[in-house]
Amino acid sequence: MDLAYSEEEEAFRAELREWLAVTLPQLPPRPDPADWPGRRAYDLGWQRRLYDAGYAGLHWPVDAGGRGATPTQHLIYLEETERAGAPYVGANFVGLLHAGPTIAAEGTAEQRARWLPPVLRGDEVWCQGFSEPDAGSDLASLRTRAVRDGDHYVVSGSKIWTSHAEVADWCELLVRTEPISADVPKHRGISWLAMPMDAPGVTVRPLRTLAGSTEFAEMFLDEVRIPVGNRVGEENDGWRVTMVTLSFERGTAFVGEVVACRRTLTALAAEARKNGRWDDPVLRRRLGRLNAEFSALWRLTQWNVSEAQHTGGVPGTGGSVFKLRYSHARQELYDTAAAVLGPDSLDLGREWNLDRLSSLSYTIAAGTSQIQQNIVAERILGLPKGR
Amino acid sequence: MDFQPTDDQRALRTGVRELLAGRFGRDASRTLADAPGGPVLDRGLWRELGDAGFFSLRLPERDGGVGLGLPEAVIAFEEAGRALLPGPLVATHLAAGEIDGAATGDTVVTAVDSGGLVTWYDTADAVRGDATGAVPVRSVDPLTPLHRAPAGHSGPHDPVAVLLTAAEQLGSAARTCELAVQHARDRHQFGQPVGAFQAVKHLCAQMLVRTELARAAVYAAAVTGDPLEISGAALLADDAAVRGARDCLQVHGGMGFTWEADVHLHLKRAWLRAELGPSAATLEEELAAAL
Ligand SMILES: Cc1cc2nc3c(=O)[nH]c(=O)nc-3n(C[C@H](O)[C@H](O)[C@H](O)COP(=O)(O)OP(=O)(O)OC[C@H]3O[C@@H](n4cnc5c(N)ncnc54)[C@H](O)[C@@H]3O)c2cc1C
Repeated sequence: MDLAYSEEEEAFRAELREWLAVTLPQLPPRPDPADWPGRRAYDLGWQRRLYDAGYAGLHWPVDAGGRGATPTQHLIYLEETERAGAPYVGANFVGLLHAGPTIAAEGTAEQRARWLPPVLRGDEVWCQGFSEPDAGSDLASLRTRAVRDGDHYVVSGSKIWTSHAEVADWCELLVRTEPISADVPKHRGISWLAMPMDAPGVTVRPLRTLAGSTEFAEMFLDEVRIPVGNRVGEENDGWRVTMVTLSFERGTAFVGEVVACRRTLTALAAEARKNGRWDDPVLRRRLGRLNAEFSALWRLTQWNVSEAQHTGGVPGTGGSVFKLRYSHARQELYDTAAAVLGPDSLDLGREWNLDRLSSLSYTIAAGTSQIQQNIVAERILGLPKGR
Repeated sequence: MDFQPTDDQRALRTGVRELLAGRFGRDASRTLADAPGGPVLDRGLWRELGDAGFFSLRLPERDGGVGLGLPEAVIAFEEAGRALLPGPLVATHLAAGEIDGAATGDTVVTAVDSGGLVTWYDTADAVRGDATGAVPVRSVDPLTPLHRAPAGHSGPHDPVAVLLTAAEQLGSAARTCELAVQHARDRHQFGQPVGAFQAVKHLCAQMLVRTELARAAVYAAAVTGDPLEISGAALLADDAAVRGARDCLQVHGGMGFTWEADVHLHLKRAWLRAELGPSAATLEEELAAAL
C-alpha cells in the first residue's frame, strides 16, 4: 500500500500544473448559468484548449485518439484541474464520459473516425437519451420504438430528464428494436443509436429544475429517421453496450467534486468562525465528522483507482459503494452549510445555497440510492434477487 | 501511487488468518465466553502470537523485531478483530521493545485508559498507567475482564493505539457484514431467502459501504501515520463496527438476540473498543479544529 506518487506521475502533475497556470488566465469570463449557447461555447472552448495541449481524452485508449493515460494519471488530472479552478467538463460530459467511451469500445472503425475526433476537439456536444417517462430505474422497460425501413430506423417515442439536450448535436439514444414478448425479455430488443439532434421530428422542451434552471429537457421523437449505420453494436444488443457506458459513469466521475467538497468544508469552517456559529459544539462536531468523511472518500477514490490500475482500467463495482456514500455526504455538506449560514441559508444570492438545491439530485441521477444499494447487495455481496 | 495491499501484505493477512483460525476458532471463543470463572487468557496462544511476530512486528530487526511498519500492523490487528481475539493486544504490541518479554509474548501488558478502565488486570504481568485501587467491574464483554481504577490515565491518546484499535474495529465490521450476508442467504421466510427482501438487502449494502469507507481511511492512516487522519479513521471504524454489529443482529432476527449467535460478542467488543479509545466528541472536535 503506497500513497506516494511515482516520479513519472509527479512529472505529469508538474507539467499539467504549469500548463494550467499559463492557460487559465487566458480563459474568457464564465457565462451566465442561464445562457445555454454561452455555456456551450465556453465548455467547447475549454475542450479545444485541452485538445491542443494534448490533454483531451486523457483516459481514452490511444487508438481512439486518447492519450491512454493510466487511471492514476487521470486521477491526478482531475485533482489538479479542480485545484486550479479550471472549468468543469460541463456540456462535454456525455461525449467524454458516456457516449465517447462506448463508441471507442463498441463502434466500428468508421464510427470511431466519425464521432470521436469532434468530441476530443470540442466541436460537438452529446446528450444521453436513456430515461423515459415510464422507464426510470427500470430502464430496460423503455418503449421508444425503432422500426426498420430500408437502411433507416424510424423512431417514435419520448425521452425525459435529458441533460444538455438543448445544446447537443448528438444523442446517444436507447430504442426498442424488438417488442417485449414471451420470447423476448425486456433486456433483449434494445439498440443503441446515435441520433442527430437536428433531425426532423425531434422536439426538445426544457424542463425547469427545483433550482429554477433548465438543466434537463423532455424530448419528443416523431418518426425520426436515423440511418442504420448510426447503430453502435449489434441490433438488440444495446443493453450490453449501455452497461459499458454506465460502468464508466460510476468510475471516476466524481473525483474533482470530492476535491471541491473538501475546499468547501474549509470555507464553511472559516465562515462559522467569522459569524460566531463556531461556538455551537453540535455544529463544530458536524463539521469535524464531515472532515473525516471527505478525507476518507478521497482515500476510497485512490483505493478504487489503484484497483482499476491492477484490473486494466475497468472501473469495478467499488464505484457503487463510492457513489452511495458520496451522494449522501454531499447532501450533508450542504445541509451543514445551511446550518452555518443560519437565516442566510434562505438567500439564493449567497454562496452554497444553490449548491444545496442541486445536491438534492445526487441520490437520484445516475441510479438512485435505492438502486445502488440493490447493486451493492446483489452484485458485490451476492444476495439473491427478490421475486 | 499503488494504494492496494502488496503480495507480501496479502500473504501476511493469510498467515495471521490461518494462525487464528487454527488456534482461536469459533469453539475456542465459545469456550472462553462460557468459562464459569470468567475468561482465562491462553498464555500458550499469546506466546505463539509472539513467535509469529504479532507483538514485535514493528520493532527493528536489529532489536529482534520483524521490522515491518504500520500498514502491516494494521492488517494483523484487522485479522485479530475479525477473529474476536481476546487480550490486551494493543498494549502488549506497544510495549514491545520497552517492557521485557512483551515482544516475545512472554509478558502480557495492559494499560489504564483515560476513563480509568483496565482490561485483563488480573492476568497482566505489567500495567501501564496508574492502576492503584483498581476494582473489578462486571464486564459487558464476556471475552474481556474489566477493572476500573480511580486515577485513570491522563494525557493524550497514543495515535498508534488508536489506529490499531480502529483496525480491530474494521475487522469486526467486515466480519459482521459477512455473517449478516450468510444468514440472509440461508434463512428462508415467505418462501425465499430473507436476503431477497430489500429491507434486508439495503441493511447489508450499508454495512459494506461503512466497512469499505473505514477500510480506506484506516489503511491510508497507516500509510501516512498522520494523527489527524488516524482520528478520522477511528471515527469511521467505530461507526462501522458498532452499527455493523447492530444491523447484523437485526438481520439475524430472534437468533441475533441469543447467547448462541456470535453477533453479541462482536457488538460488545465493538462497544468496549469504542469506549476505551477517544470519544466521538473528542475526535470530531479535533477534526473540526484542523479545518
Ligand atoms: C439532474 C438529473 C439529470 C439527469 N440526466 C439524465 C440524462 O441526461 N439522461 C437520462 O437518460 N436520464 C437522466 N436522468 C434520469 C435519471 O437517470 C433517473 O431520474 C433515475 O434513473 C431514476 O428514475 P426515475 O426518475 O424514473 O425514478 P423512479 O425509477 O420512478 O423511482 C422513484 C422512486 O422509486 C424507487 N425505486 C424504483 N425502483 C426501485 C427498486 N427496484 N427498488 C427500490 N426502489 C426503487 C427509486 O429509488 C425512487 O426513490 C437525470 C436525472 C436527474 C435528477
